[in-house]
Amino acid sequence: MFEEFKWLPDQASTVAPEVDMLMLFIVVVTVLITALVTVLTLGFAVAFRRKSESYIPAPWFGCIPLEIGWTLIPVGICLVMFSWGVKVYSNIVIPPADAMEIYAVGRQWMWKIQHPEGQREINALHVPIGRPVKVTLTSEDVIHCFSIPAFRVKQDVVPGRYSSLWFQATKAGTYQLFCSEYCGTEHSRMIGKVIVMEEADYQKWLSEGAESGQALQGRKLYTKLQCVTCHTGNAEAKAPNLEGIYRKHIPISHVDGVKIKEGTKVFADDAYIRESILYPNAKVAAGWESIMPTYQGLVTEEELLQVIAYIKALNQGQTPPRTEETPTPATIQNKNPNKEAN
Amino acid sequence: MSAIKETVQDHGQHHHKDLAHHFDTLEQQHDANTLGMWAFLLTEVLFFGGLFAAYTIYRYKYSAMFEEASNHLDITLGATNTVILILSSLTMALAVRCSQTGNSLWTGRWLLITIAFGLMFLGVKYVEWKHDYHIHLMPGKDWSGKDWWHWQYAKKAKDMETEAHKNGSAEHSLPNRKDVLADNDPSLGVRGIQDSQQARLFFLLYFCMTSLHALHMLVGFVLIGIIAYFAYQGAYSPDYYSPVENIGLYWHFVDIVWIFLFPLLYLLGAHMGH
Amino acid sequence: MATVGLESKTFEKFADVVGHEDDSNYLSHDHSVLSWLFTLDHKRIALLYLVTITLMFLLGGVLAGAIRLELLTPKGDFLTADTYNKAFTAHGIIMLFFFLIPSIPAVLGNFLVPLMIGAKDVAFPRLNLFSYYLYFAGSVIALTALLLGGVDTGWTFYTPFSSTYSNSYVIVMAVGLFVVGFSSILTGLNFIITVHRMRCPGLTWFRLPLFIWGIYATSVVQLLGTPVIAVTLGLLGVERTLGVGIFDPRLGGDPILFQHLFWFYSHPAVYIMILPSLGVTSEVIATFSRKNVFGYHIIAFSSIAIAVFGFIVWAHHMFTTGISPYAAMVFSLLTFSVAIPSGIKVFSWLATMYGGSISFGTPMIYAFGFLGLFTIGGMTGLFLSTLGTDIHLHDTYFIVAHFHYIMVGGAIMGYMAAIHYWWPKMTGRLYSEFWGKLSAGITFIGFNFTFFPQFILGYLGMPRRYYEYPDEFQVLNVFSTAGATILAVGYLMPLVYMPYSFFFGEKANSNPYGGSTLEWTNTTSPPSPHNFEKTPVVTEEPYHYHGKEAAVVSH
Repeated sequence: MFEEFKWLPDQASTVAPEVDMLMLFIVVVTVLITALVTVLTLGFAVAFRRKSESYIPAPWFGCIPLEIGWTLIPVGICLVMFSWGVKVYSNIVIPPADAMEIYAVGRQWMWKIQHPEGQREINALHVPIGRPVKVTLTSEDVIHCFSIPAFRVKQDVVPGRYSSLWFQATKAGTYQLFCSEYCGTEHSRMIGKVIVMEEADYQKWLSEGAESGQALQGRKLYTKLQCVTCHTGNAEAKAPNLEGIYRKHIPISHVDGVKIKEGTKVFADDAYIRESILYPNAKVAAGWESIMPTYQGLVTEEELLQVIAYIKALNQGQTPPRTEETPTPATIQNKNPNKEAN
Repeated sequence: MSAIKETVQDHGQHHHKDLAHHFDTLEQQHDANTLGMWAFLLTEVLFFGGLFAAYTIYRYKYSAMFEEASNHLDITLGATNTVILILSSLTMALAVRCSQTGNSLWTGRWLLITIAFGLMFLGVKYVEWKHDYHIHLMPGKDWSGKDWWHWQYAKKAKDMETEAHKNGSAEHSLPNRKDVLADNDPSLGVRGIQDSQQARLFFLLYFCMTSLHALHMLVGFVLIGIIAYFAYQGAYSPDYYSPVENIGLYWHFVDIVWIFLFPLLYLLGAHMGH
Repeated sequence: MATVGLESKTFEKFADVVGHEDDSNYLSHDHSVLSWLFTLDHKRIALLYLVTITLMFLLGGVLAGAIRLELLTPKGDFLTADTYNKAFTAHGIIMLFFFLIPSIPAVLGNFLVPLMIGAKDVAFPRLNLFSYYLYFAGSVIALTALLLGGVDTGWTFYTPFSSTYSNSYVIVMAVGLFVVGFSSILTGLNFIITVHRMRCPGLTWFRLPLFIWGIYATSVVQLLGTPVIAVTLGLLGVERTLGVGIFDPRLGGDPILFQHLFWFYSHPAVYIMILPSLGVTSEVIATFSRKNVFGYHIIAFSSIAIAVFGFIVWAHHMFTTGISPYAAMVFSLLTFSVAIPSGIKVFSWLATMYGGSISFGTPMIYAFGFLGLFTIGGMTGLFLSTLGTDIHLHDTYFIVAHFHYIMVGGAIMGYMAAIHYWWPKMTGRLYSEFWGKLSAGITFIGFNFTFFPQFILGYLGMPRRYYEYPDEFQVLNVFSTAGATILAVGYLMPLVYMPYSFFFGEKANSNPYGGSTLEWTNTTSPPSPHNFEKTPVVTEEPYHYHGKEAAVVSH
């Protein structure tokens, strides 16, 4: 048991040294104050020990400068900790705009990871060094928590919604992935490995054993689930054209059946697309009737992520006709991260 | 801190029959009892508060369906109950007044009349809940989206009938199934499922909050009954009436909770003229 | 001697042993079992609580032992996964709701509040007995839940696991907690009215002992916070029974709503656990330094401040759940605000000791332990209110260590200090100072060995509630289990020497430690059933030592 023992966790992400520096600061403050209290306690205990039963010490009711001091100095220290903490926190939670996206679905008691290029993993996550990675998370059942101590990141994985975390790995190696929210019997075994690889190795790994890309899977679902029936992309369409809508602002007319102010727009991100599939009445696009059926119970979380991946990749003029055999679109095949996918 | 002097009420003094042994004066006893009841009512505010908090959050999240679902509740019956409860608070206040002036007979009587009003309230609620059970609106395990939508259809049909009568025509068409159900028919797996879930939440909160309120009324009946019994026995006098006063506080609290519940639950709907 | 009801040889011996010459103290004046079970005397009710919560503490301790045994090895080889999950759930529920939350208020509060304010009893003695039986009933129901098969949701009952997925006896346990919650509410209510309305003549608010301020602040929190957990558990029960979707996202519900409602009580609950110990520490340090408490008014206000701030910081348990970053920042800032009054107390106690005449009786040794461990526990809270570090530390063993430092190193040390300090008053006997100090020392050492390694484990990333863990965490876990063994010894020792002293200890006079508050200066040890021969009149601030109350027991 001593071979693997270590005192400090690996620092394997860009944010880890920041967190560790902040930790160190608080440790120093803690040690100093604890030492102060200990020394004073023991020191006073010795210096003022009872020497005579008849001696009654003079009372000491207060000392304003002292009290102000031991109030304001802790306030100052707390404010420093707070603001430094907010700074590090914002680095932890705000991903860069160009982060590559990976999807993870947690369920009792495993992690299912999907790369957009098609690789799927269970309880393992391969990532390249030096590129920001954003993991979009959801749960199929109870609340889990996706936690990579070596990267100092953690995010609860809640059913019914998407959450995300991001990191940029800095050191090749294998690191622990834990579920950090108690989720039932095998909670302790809902663990995995994060494998950080050099870019070239990562590309090699991606191309081996990849099934068809996530977006292609999504395209298959788009036809199988009859989305194309209404979202035809032509003049007879009964539903809005979805080409190129990803991350655009969409005007909506009704929220939950209630008419809202004209001109209100919604940001079409992953969560919006997921909501529209499961709760079509939640936000209805302006100029369209609310006739979309719900797909609750008809799609799994993984399939939802695939459809979303497809819609992300869907460009002008690319909506498939309803009856065609579907060859792989050229854009989905492109795995070179330096070329724009869209 | 250790000066000891002879003070009020040490041993050997004459005790008033209603003065408990650990209190020094009747006034201290009265103050303590009243403050105790206020403190207890404060905990009750927080107890109901948890439910009000859950209600507020879902009301905001699902405002449209909450209004739809609230439409179902019978405003007339709800308003009647409000009046009944306010009257019961009046009779309770009269009972307290009688106990303060030493009128034991009427203290007991007003208390029993208060219980009677309370029973009327529960009777009306029984009528409401029985109807809800009959049309399958209880949010239990047998809640079904289909029932919710059949009820919506029936309501729309009734509205159209009323509209037709207003316009003087004897005939009216039935609602187009598509108008009411096509978007909402659970058999299409459409948004009806989601709407039905939200309506179910409304009914759950409605039943939880009114049940909790009704439970407090039942406990109130028992306590009022006991105090009425003692009142008839002449236990209360201008010197000692705090049990009556305190049960009065409790009853007024029960009334006030209903005064919040009624508008929040019954008066949401579109029929208020949105 | 009165012989009413179920008299027996044991009780005769009991009477021989505890009776004083005048035979009219609260222990000796009636020995029948019924006189104990139906007592309205706050002092006897305190002892009823003492016995019951000690039994619950032992059960919670056995569960802790099972947990630490399992964690000796990285593999799950001692318990099954389900049994382990039920063990840590039961450990948390029992220790929090059935030991820590009642502990000082129900035992020492009940015993001392009337004595310290010169009253004959609490405001509502029958309600007080009812509170005890609610506690007893709640315990029976909770134990029933455990015997039926236990609960595996964690003491936090997070949904949708607890509402939809768990196959354990959640509802039975929820009912038990609901019942014991009302015991807590009614006890708090009783104390609040007692302090407001039953102070003896001359005892103004700012002449109250700081223990009373601590109990008062605790009672306010109990009163206002506990109803919310009651209704939350009620909603959880409704969801489990009816299958509605208050917290289930598949049915339109919000699982995070449960967490908000849950923590709205459960955070103030931790202040219920620590505020009384803070009050005890003021009393013990004052008496054993023979000096007034420095900054009395500020310490009184700081107790109220902690109670108030405690209600507005709950979401610091939820920083990783997906709450908005702006909300997170607000809660982080507010959480720091609780640290300030706590720090003020610690520094004021040091100033109290400065220039005093300090003796080292067992209560003072426990108070020293409290000072050190509460400081560490509080400081480690700073890591958690700081957003940047909380993300990494959340749901790891760092949290486990932090709260055990406060709750065990703080609250339980304070409880032990209180029991040892007021034992002569409650029983009329002195315990062995040697064994007392020895157990304090062993507890302190065992505690640090058990929980300090867990800070490191947490920083390394070991998650909570794991019964299997990667090999690299084993060394620190072995340390921790070894420490737990020592800690257990430290806790078992008082179970021997305290009862021993009850029957065979040297008899105590009315004020063996030289305390200045009314329970020491104006009552016998043990007190008479009516507490005071004559109602005291208070003419000065507390903690004035005149030398007349010089300690008789030398240390």
